[in-house]
Amino acid sequence: MIKEKIILSKSQKEEYSLLVKENMKRAYFSALGLLGSHDEAMELSQEAFIRAYRHYHNFDKTKKFFTWYYKILRNLCLNYIRDKKNRKESSFIDYIDTADSDRNAEEQIENDELKNLLEEKMMELAVEDREIIILKEFENRSYKEISELLKIPVGTVMSRLFYARKKLARKVGDYTK
Amino acid sequence: MNERFIILLEKNLNNESTPEEEVELNRLFEENPELKAEFDEQKHIKGIITKMSLKNPSNEFWDFYWEKFSNKIERAFAWIAILIGALIVSGFAIYHAVSEFLADTSTPFFLKIGIALLTLGIIVLLLSVLREKLTIKKRDKYREIQR
Repeated sequence: MIKEKIILSKSQKEEYSLLVKENMKRAYFSALGLLGSHDEAMELSQEAFIRAYRHYHNFDKTKKFFTWYYKILRNLCLNYIRDKKNRKESSFIDYIDTADSDRNAEEQIENDELKNLLEEKMMELAVEDREIIILKEFENRSYKEISELLKIPVGTVMSRLFYARKKLARKVGDYTK
Repeated sequence: MNERFIILLEKNLNNESTPEEEVELNRLFEENPELKAEFDEQKHIKGIITKMSLKNPSNEFWDFYWEKFSNKIERAFAWIAILIGALIVSGFAIYHAVSEFLADTSTPFFLKIGIALLTLGIIVLLLSVLREKLTIKKRDKYREIQR
């Protein structure tokens, strides 16, 4: 029996379109954190939306759409990472400049170096470690939300985050201490 | 690593500790200075990360994102329509060609048998491949991923 359904009713299509518009930024940023590449993040997050569209008639509307969608996106990203070992990454992190624009050149260079170092070391982490840091530290998700997305207990989220940060700290070293 | 310490540390880093929990954390530091070093390391790296954000694309990018997604969905429909149309047209053409060939009295009988068997074989093969593809699609491709 074919479980995919390409032809949705008009109301389902409108519903789905709204869900895509509401969630596309979250989807893109989640993929960006995992893949480290703008182009790949766009492609895979869209591919995940298309796959979710095909199975939308099976989606339990009492549950959160993004939690359901994230499983599809995550699997796509993990498969992509596994298959494309030598993929080219682009810059995916920005330094948040909260000070006045009169930052001197030396400070700017230091900030850029720190940013590049963090990017490089983030991509050296295992995907699961990078993922949890992205979800908590960059996307500011609560422990409960992360627990729902990854289907693990809150205690495990805290524990994984602790060890992921520890690994990142060791990689970054004593820079800026 | 002590699970309780991790919970207290996480709450502290997120400014969610109660006064009692802060007292408890400080007591743990006094009992075990290594935990203080762990805490400082975590706070240091979190401090670095806090200065960063994921690169935010322009507004034009988000318009383009939506447009590209809509186009992909439309093209999925288009490909399905083309596939179904091609199957109908080619099926009709093959049916007529084979029917006319079999109806032709000048063609030797054994040749007619051969053509009929060849056509039947190709149809059965195609249906078998199609059934296999549909059966594979029913299974979750990603179930075997251990994450």
